[in-house]
Amino acid sequence: MNKKIQIPFDKEELKDLRAGDYVYLSGTVYSARDAAHKRMYEAVLAADSEEAKRAALPFDIRNQAIYYLGPTPAPEGHVIGSAGPTTASRMDKYTPMLLDMGLTGMIGKGKRSPEVREAVVRNGCVYFAATGGAGALLSKCIVSSEVIAYDDLGTEAIRKMEVRDFPAVVVIDSAGNNLYETAVKDYLASRK
Amino acid sequence: MRNIHTDVITEAVKKMCIEANLALAPDMEACIRHAAEVEDGALGKKILDSLIENMEIAKEESIPICQDTGMAVFFVEVGQDLHIEGAGLTEAINEGVRQGYRDGYLRKSVVADPLLRTNTGDNTPAIIHYDIVPGDALTITIAPKGFGSENMSKVYMLKPADGEEGIRASVLDAVKNAGPNACPPLFVGVGLGGDFELAAKLAKKALTRDADSRHPDAHIAKLEDEILDLINQTGIGPGGLGGKTTALSVKIETYPTHIAGMPLAVNMCCHVNRHRSVTL
Ligand code: SF4
Repeated sequence: MNKKIQIPFDKEELKDLRAGDYVYLSGTVYSARDAAHKRMYEAVLAADSEEAKRAALPFDIRNQAIYYLGPTPAPEGHVIGSAGPTTASRMDKYTPMLLDMGLTGMIGKGKRSPEVREAVVRNGCVYFAATGGAGALLSKCIVSSEVIAYDDLGTEAIRKMEVRDFPAVVVIDSAGNNLYETAVKDYLASRK
Repeated sequence: MRNIHTDVITEAVKKMCIEANLALAPDMEACIRHAAEVEDGALGKKILDSLIENMEIAKEESIPICQDTGMAVFFVEVGQDLHIEGAGLTEAINEGVRQGYRDGYLRKSVVADPLLRTNTGDNTPAIIHYDIVPGDALTITIAPKGFGSENMSKVYMLKPADGEEGIRASVLDAVKNAGPNACPPLFVGVGLGGDFELAAKLAKKALTRDADSRHPDAHIAKLEDEILDLINQTGIGPGGLGGKTTALSVKIETYPTHIAGMPLAVNMCCHVNRHRSVTL
């Protein structure tokens, strides 16, 4: 099924998404990958109150989406360079904490840990995959991009981006179904 | 004795860095197009179609096929009768990388220290494998390598008794472990023989072979075909979303080895298997 989804997310709407749904995302997404995650994680751990923890993050993550992305530099006349997903599992260590603090969507590629899947279910979130290695194509769906934090990290800085009809597939839905497990089984069954 | 100036080398490397990242070589493009034609997994087919669209946009707009423009890996064959003038050869290659990654708007993905992790800012240093060969030519092959797939690579120190069966099982194990993380459809480089580190280097070198090439030894060529077949029966498919194309190609490079061992390395590469060669 093809669905259009707005970000910031409406968690009620996300409940209807199922692993395997093909979606088009529009709205705000924030880029963050290894180094930015480590920095956010350490900043939250160092804070001593709920309020301070929230303030330690460079943006309000509630109902938002993080895109695991480190783009190539934007050539003249482009909003951004090549901009496809990076492997999500490297962020697994940091992700449950962010989901518990209100982060709602993640866009990446590849498997997630059991801890991430549990945190997705606990908080009614969704993990989406974008096509790995299709950075030129996906860059066309990014209409604006601005570095908002950790500028010194270069490609790993946090960017606030507007996306329009960004194609993605639901891999882990809010009920914990995992497309990487079901899709391969279903495909093999269909060949019998 | 023939002379070559390092300025010429820097210029050639710069050009190759940019070209390799903006367009796949024709052999790679052809095998992705073929895969899209025959794919029967619904989501897998969608992924392959978007990869074709992606290649076309990358070419038209001169932006990299993939945002991970890789660590710059080189295989350099230096003719022993060649005299190189100017800066050091290694520095000349690094300077080409520096200029290519800057002027080509490629991503700088290298950190200076594995633990401290400060970006070097210019994608250097490159990883350069040198070989001294007869003659007076200089052949440079670049293979920018993305790390989503590199991270899923493995070395297996097999025993002679493991035989072909052990090789098939090990490569399949690496592929299953990689699953969707390495951006399938994959290009699988296998190094067989030598010792611990040579097997890994051979596996990387195997990735620079043309997609349609066959190993000159019949028993190895047969093994390449068999392993490709096995991989494509896993159903992992493009993007790991189900389909018949889990790998586009399997290439094996071999070297003599010790009576006690059979080292095997699997260097995983994605469909963005980039390589360019030039002889100066
Ligand atoms: S594994 Fe390959 S296709 Fe995937 S992000 Fe890395 S370089 Fe790009």
